[in-house]
This record gives sequence, structure tokens and C-alpha cells, in this order.
Amino acid sequence: MTATREIPGTPLFNANASRRGYALNTMCYSFNHETNREQFTADPVAYCHRYGLSDEMIELVKAADVLALVKSGGSIYYLAKLAGILGWDVQDVGAQQTGMTKEEFQAMLVAAGS
Amino acid sequence: MATIIGGITTSHIPAIGGAIASGKQEEPYWKPLFDGYPPVHEWLAEQQPDVAVVFYNDHGLNWFVDAMPTFSVGAADLYANADEGWGLPELPSFPGHPGLSWHIIESLVEDSFDVVMCQEMVVDHGLVVPYQLLWGSDERPVQVVPICVNTVLHPMPRPDRCHALGQAVGRAIEAFPGNEKVVVLGTGGLSHQLDGERAGFINKDFDLQCMDAIVNDPNWIAKHSILDLVELSGAQGVELVLWLAMRGSLLGDVTELHRNYHIPISNTGAGLMLLGNR
Repeated sequence: MTATREIPGTPLFNANASRRGYALNTMCYSFNHETNREQFTADPVAYCHRYGLSDEMIELVKAADVLALVKSGGSIYYLAKLAGILGWDVQDVGAQQTGMTKEEFQAMLVAAGS
Repeated sequence: MATIIGGITTSHIPAIGGAIASGKQEEPYWKPLFDGYPPVHEWLAEQQPDVAVVFYNDHGLNWFVDAMPTFSVGAADLYANADEGWGLPELPSFPGHPGLSWHIIESLVEDSFDVVMCQEMVVDHGLVVPYQLLWGSDERPVQVVPICVNTVLHPMPRPDRCHALGQAVGRAIEAFPGNEKVVVLGTGGLSHQLDGERAGFINKDFDLQCMDAIVNDPNWIAKHSILDLVELSGAQGVELVLWLAMRGSLLGDVTELHRNYHIPISNTGAGLMLLGNR
């Protein structure tokens, strides 16, 4: 039994997602180590191949398309480590997924407090 | 017997660790957050707890999805912090209290919580940032007992189970043969969502309702399902279960001593509460 509910704009990281994203998340988990981050930066495609990512997934990694990676089974906690390599904070990540500029995204957050 | 003197909830947003590392506490963006903490510092200085039992969640440092325990309890002499992948400075290790850890583990299993026991455990911002906020980056005046709850991979434990876990931990601490003064922490929250088209979702009304309910009506929060919390509090706002576990451990008369709430820190509604337990 899997509890499901459609919550708009909210992908759940569950069994289905974790199975699809296993290779991707395994790679991102490796980024806890600086030597691995350096190796990824030196040759991202070769690094992705080492973790068995599909060609389709590699394209998404190269494009740093966070929303597509999430929908392909990436967990945001592990993808955050990829974002870290790119020098992105969670507001960059949020802006990209919502199609806003970072300034617009930050303004939305501020508005939530008023 | 050991005594639970109170509970503290605080957000554990990684960017707070960055702000502390770069000394930004007085900057306009950060000041409303950091200004919330001095009353808690005063209380801690007055009460002098020996141990902090910390309900927190790991974000992909100690645990990966290859094997994801629902509840895991640290039983180490020392807990190292480590590189999480995005440049937060690694802080000095945190001394544990293995005697109390094992007592809690034995008591929990006897009480039908079949937890994973960890004689080695690295701790991430979920524990480290609250410790920094409460006691500083380098000082280690209290020993820690980390209790980690899975909020990464669904299915996650039901909120009422997290509340009951906290109650069982409270009973265990109160039966520990020692003179330790214990403060219980619940870290994380409040509402936030990092992933999906709804990224940036914050629900001020729900956060404020939960801050009231944590004091007077934790069962109201516990009645929600995890998916209710995802919907109302955001995909990562489910960390609210850690506040609930903390509240469960306070078995005496609970009074609110202090609170602070500020939007936004990073993508989050940042909350802080100090509860007395007598």
C-alpha cells in the first residue's frame, strides 16, 4: 500500500522516485567528498558514466535542469550537493524550478511573511 | 534520576551556519533571526543542562537511500561533523553520552520502538546548526544524544508515532539513574519546500497555529498525516515531526518561555521556541 495524493507542484520522493533516481542520487551522494566534486567538475560526463546514469539523465545533469531531475527521481537533498558544485543556493534552485528570476523568487518569499 | 528541564525547537537551515561562519549576525537580513536567541542563551546559562537529546533529520550525510532507517539513535562517544558537499566549514566533534544513549535504546526497544542503534554516526547541519545557535561553534558544554528521524524518503513515520517516540524517550530519560539535567531539542521546520513547481511555499498561518499547538495541543498536530503536512507545511516542512517528538518527551507541566518567528530565512519560515517542563 502506498499512500498517494496529488499535491500540485509537489513531487514526492517515494519508492517509485527512489528506484528511478537511484543512480543519480548515488552520484550526488558521492559529492560529500571534495575529491569527487573535483573529478565531476573535471569531466562531468565521464563521472556520470561511472555511476551508470542513462544518456537521458546525463543530458539533464549537463543542463542542470533541477525540476526535470526531481521528476526523474532525484531527491532534492542529494541534488542540493550537485547545486553546491554549481555554486547555487536553494533560492537559485527554487527560482529555476518556478520559472522566476531569483529576485522574483526572493520577493515571493518576503511576501509570504507579510 | 535524570531530569528533563525543558525543550527547545529551532530551525536548522544550512545558510544559518554560513551566516555564522562569515559573521553576518548583525546584517539586516539575519538580525531578526539571531535576535531571537539571547533569551534562550540566558535560560541555558541559568539552567546549565548537562545533556541535549536532539531529535533531528539527516540530509544525506550519515544515511543514504541504500538503507534508510526510520528511527536511529546515536550511541557514540563522539560525533564528528563532516563535509556535506556545499562548503560549510566542518566544526569540532560533539561529545556524546553513550550511557544515556544505550539506556534510551534499551528502554525504547522494551517500549516497542525498534530503533537502529549507531555506535558511529556523523552529524550534519540538522544537529550542528542548532548546537551553534544555542552554544556556539567551538564550545561543547553539553553532551549530545542524537535521535534521527527519516524525513527524506517516503514512507516517513506518522506524526503520531513521532509524538509517541518522544513520549517514550521522555519516560526513558526520567528513569535514567543519574543526576543529569537534560534539555530536549527538536530541530528543523517550519514550513518550506525546496523541490517542484511549488518551491518557495511558506505557510505562515499554519506555522503560527503549530507554534501554539506545540505548547497546548500537540495531539492536534499529531492527528495530521505526513501527506497533510506535505500539503500544509511544504515537502520539507514535514520536519515538524521533530518538534512533535521533542514535545512528546516533556511529560510534566509545560510552559512557553520564549518564541521567535521570522520569514524568510533562505526558503523557510524560521521558528524558535523555548518550553519549560516541571
